[in-house]
Formats: sequence, C-alpha cells, structure tokens
Amino acid sequence: MDALRNIGRWLDERLHLTQLYQASAGHAIPRSSASWSYVFGSATLICFVLQIVTGICLALVYVPSPNEAYASLEYLNYQQTLGWFLRAVHDWGSLFMVGLMTVHMIQVFLFGAYKFPRELTWIVGCVLFLLTLGAAFSGQILRFDQDAYWGLQIGISIAARIPGIGAELVSLIQGGPIVGSETLSRFFALHVFVIPGLLIALIAVHLRLVLTRGINEYPVAGRGVDPETYEAEYEELIERTGIRFVPDGIDKDLVFGAAVLLAIVGCAAVIGPAGPNGPADPTLLNTVPRPDFYFLSLFAAFALMPPYLEDFVIVVVLPLAVLLLFAVPFLSPRGEKHPRRRPGAVIAAVLAMTTLCVLAWEGLDSPWSPQMDAWSGEPVPPHFVEGRSALELQGALLLQSKQCRNCHALSDEGGHRGPDLSDVALRLTADQLVRQVLQGGGNMPAYGKNLAPAEVDALVAFMRTLHPANALPAHDPAVPAMPGGLRAATTAQSRAR
Amino acid sequence: MADHEHAALPPAVPPTTRRSFLFRLGIALNVIAASLLAVPVLGYIASAIFERKARQAWIPLGDLEQFPVHETRLASYRNPFTTPWDGVTADIPCWVRRKEGGAFQVFAINCAHLGCPVRWFAESRLFMCPCHGGVYYEDGSVASGPPPRGLYEYEYRIKNRRLEVRGGQTPTPSEPV
Repeated sequence: MDALRNIGRWLDERLHLTQLYQASAGHAIPRSSASWSYVFGSATLICFVLQIVTGICLALVYVPSPNEAYASLEYLNYQQTLGWFLRAVHDWGSLFMVGLMTVHMIQVFLFGAYKFPRELTWIVGCVLFLLTLGAAFSGQILRFDQDAYWGLQIGISIAARIPGIGAELVSLIQGGPIVGSETLSRFFALHVFVIPGLLIALIAVHLRLVLTRGINEYPVAGRGVDPETYEAEYEELIERTGIRFVPDGIDKDLVFGAAVLLAIVGCAAVIGPAGPNGPADPTLLNTVPRPDFYFLSLFAAFALMPPYLEDFVIVVVLPLAVLLLFAVPFLSPRGEKHPRRRPGAVIAAVLAMTTLCVLAWEGLDSPWSPQMDAWSGEPVPPHFVEGRSALELQGALLLQSKQCRNCHALSDEGGHRGPDLSDVALRLTADQLVRQVLQGGGNMPAYGKNLAPAEVDALVAFMRTLHPANALPAHDPAVPAMPGGLRAATTAQSRAR
Repeated sequence: MADHEHAALPPAVPPTTRRSFLFRLGIALNVIAASLLAVPVLGYIASAIFERKARQAWIPLGDLEQFPVHETRLASYRNPFTTPWDGVTADIPCWVRRKEGGAFQVFAINCAHLGCPVRWFAESRLFMCPCHGGVYYEDGSVASGPPPRGLYEYEYRIKNRRLEVRGGQTPTPSEPV
C-alpha cells in the first residue's frame, strides 16, 4: 500500500496530476447545476468517444473503394467476428449522438445558457453540431449502398444549384467527373480524419470555455443576466454553493451516461446494424433512395416546398438559418434566463422541433412519391369490381395497367401522390373526369396522347362507379340527376365527344 | 509561469541582435517553406476543379437495332473516365428513346430535380422519380412535380450504325451531361 502511494506521489510530482485535476475535473460548479437537465452534454461526449473506438475497429476491415466497399461491409456483417455488432453500435451511436446533441442544444437554449459570458461556448457548440451532422452524412456515404449513392447524388444536386460556383463545387465534392472512387475516398478522409480531428480540437475549446466561464447556473425566474454584475454574482454563487464537479457533481452524468451506453448496446444487439441495402450500382433502378434519419426532414422539405422557392432556400434560407443559430447569443445577450419568463424562446424551440419532426415523419412515408410497383403489385379490393359491366371492368383493368395506381390509391392501397379514387365519382362528373384524364392538371400528367377514346370511355365508366352505395355521384346540374339515366347519359356524352 | 526571474522586460525598440536576426530569419524561412508546401497541397485538392473541362467523350451505346422505333429502352455505358477501382459505380445508365425517322433522344438517368434515378413506365409513357415525385413525359418534358426543367439530354450521333452519346460527367444545371 505504501509502495503504491509512493509511486502515486512520484508520478504526481512529475506530471502535476493534482493541479491538473483541480484545474479541470475538480473545478467548482454551482450546486444547482448538478441537475438532471445538465446531463446531455456529457452524454454526447460519451457517444463521441464510443464512435471513435468503434470507428477505429470498423476501419480495420472496411475498404474505401467502390469496388470493395460493399463487399467489405457484407464481410463485416456476416464473417468478421462481432463485426455486425460493432457496425450496429457505430450506427446506433451516431443516432444517439445526434439526438442527444440536439437535446443538449435545446436545453442550453431554453435555459438561456448562451447569454453573457458564454456566447463563444454556444458558437463553438454550433460548429460542433454542424460537424457532427457532417460526420453523420459522410458516414452514411461510407455505407456505400444504394441509399448512400443516391443520397450523395441528392447532396451534389443541391450543391449544383448554387449559382456561380455550382459546377466547381460539384467537381470538388466528387473529386472526378462522376460519383466514384475519388468521391468515396474523399468522404472517407472527411469522415475518418478531418471531421473527427476538428471535433476533438473544438470539444477541447468547448470544455476549456466551460472551465474559464463556468457552467451555467440553474436559471431562476426573475434573476436576469446583467453583464456589469453577472460575473461577480456567479463568483458569489460559487463561493456560497460551489461543489467540485468530480466527485460531488458528476453523479447524474454517470447514471445518465451509463443508461445511454446501455441503450446503444441494447439497440445494437436487438435491432442490429443498418444495411448495407444493395450495392451502389447505378444501373439498378429498382431503388427507392431515402436518407438516414437526420436528413429526412431536409429530404421532405424539398418535396413539399413550392419548386420556385427551392433555389432561394438553398442559397438564402439555409445559410441564414445557420447564421441565425450562430447569432443567438448576440440577439439576446442579457436578461431573463428562465424559460417561464421567455415565452418567445419556448415557442421558437417548439416550432422548430415540431417542423423538423413533422417533416421527418412525412419523409418516412413520402406520400409525394409515386409508389412504383402499385400498378402491378396492389390488388383491387373486390367490392370495386363486383357486379360491374364489361366496360367498367375494362376500365378497372386500365386503371391498373396504365399505372394510375402508382399515384392514386383505392381503399388507401396504392400511391398517395394524387387523391384516393375510392369515391372519386362523388367529386367529379363524367365530363370533369374525361377532362382530368386527357388534360391532366393540378399535379397530374395529361394522358390525352396515351389513351384511345375507347380506353378513356372505359376508365371513366369505371370511375363513375367509385362512390359509396348510398350516395349519388356528382352530376352536372344541367343533366337530370336520375341515377338510372345518369350513367347512360354521361357515357353517351363522352362517346359523342 | 515560474520564469519571472529569467524574463526581463524587452526595451521598446529592441536593437537588432544576432538572436533577433535569427528569429526573423526563422520566421521568413518558415513562411517560404509553408507556401512551398501549401501551393501543392491546395493544387492537389483543387485539381478536381481545374481538370474538369476535359471530361467529355463520345461513348458507344449499342447497335441501332437494339432500339426499336417508338420505344424507350434502358442502355448503360462504362464511363470513359474511371479509375481501376471504380467498380460498378462507373456503369452509367441512360434512357434511349427512338423517335420516328431515325431521330433519337437520350436522357440522363438523373432527375433534373435532385438527381435520383428516373424510371420509365412504358404503359403510361412516363418517367417517374422515386424521391420527390418528379414525373416527365416521354419526350423528357416535365409532366408533374418539382423538377425545374426537363430531363437532361445527351448529344448523340450515329456512327457505323451504332448510337453514340457525348458524356462523361454527372449532369448539373450549369453543365448538363
């Protein structure tokens, strides 16, 4: 025992470990900051360490070449001992890291922790956030499957929209004329060297700032920040209620951090790794590319915003949004910290998160995209064809073979790009149906050149039957609304055309 | 930190001594060395931009007989600018439409919206994109959805009864195909 103590003392004299501890882990924090609300930053850091460790392990096997990347991932999944598990931990670790970092950011925002004198801490945190998203995106590219390949095409197409430098930017990202070996190597270098290096450096700055400016005290309603007096007040608070972060204030971080690690390990063991989903072969067109979770909201936004806004969003709105994030501490450097006294901040955070979550949810479902195999794959529910005439049945067939159901559902089965046709006869008269089919309109292509008049007749005859049994179909007020005569009259009309 | 006794305050205008001369020389030499290294490093990275103009070539797609009149067929070619380890990513698909009287239209696979692969549906004579719902008519013009323009079209020529297209790079709004 004495010998151990002597060795310890010897090391301490040479390395000054006690001073190091006092100046870092042992620094004093306000007792109120040892709170369950303050555990998300350390949990994010734990995820990052986990990503480094598992990332190094994966790099032992992974080959960053388009010719071998996919095969090396399959090898990791099925042949390398525990390769599937490390891939899964790395994948789930990235999800948790982005998620926890977002929660950390929201908490810091709601608690006004970015205010004087912690503006730089917030800004460095924002850079860390963007870098982490960059790591997530480049990591998704390294999983060189169809989602990765086409996700990269989407990213490149967005960059290409920037006026003036679009084409140059594309060349810089691709490294060559197409997405290929140079591109994958670039993203490998980014993901493995550049981004982690920057992350480590900036995490050091972030933590250094926590030491020099102190951790934010738990906000108290009515006690605002006045830059003139704040530092003295904080010092007084530390003197009155200060505890050492290690070992007195770290208990909740330890419990939460362990819970996060266990959750990652649990998800990885039970659900396993993501993909790889089909090799990155551009000639395999039977693909429905979707980005990973973090970019689903952006993906959805590009489907849902009006097309004329897209360039404006890429060039102005996205950079402005990032700038706004960075400017937060300068827009409100002083005043109340407690969320109860800052309803505007609470509303802004709730609005931003609701928007992102709703967009991501829509992105999962992508109702704007035609369902490519609905025309050949989805059955026609029997009650739509029971008791129909030959003409109507031919119409039902055409509705399938002309691929209408890629965009139009029957009984909710099929695409949702256009309206569900289950009760279309209630909304459109025969004439309106004919016009819609021939000329298109709204979001629908015109089928005029592609359907013979007899086919249009059959389609419309079938669609006129698509209404609930107890409801009258829509009718032209100029034509007498007699259920029996209506069908005859409208069919005759479209014939006469 | 504990060095006060060694450090004397320097005079306002220090005289040039051998040490200060060496210090300045050292700075100057390092600036020269850093630029000598920075120029090649930046040139190495930016070469992707400078060298991009030359990436165009005529590429054979196949015999004319492979493309029946009035039909749109999938063709693919090996991109002429590749590395040996490009693998299947250098196999680039495209849609070939043969019109009346020997005229062709060859469309890039990439949706003009954000680059996803469009698929041809022969029965409805439409190209549909699986990402954001872009739809094109058989002549490549926009039928529906967000694309700001029609499908990118390759320049083509017919040589020795073979269809050739001019390509070699990812199509972008400023440099289509």
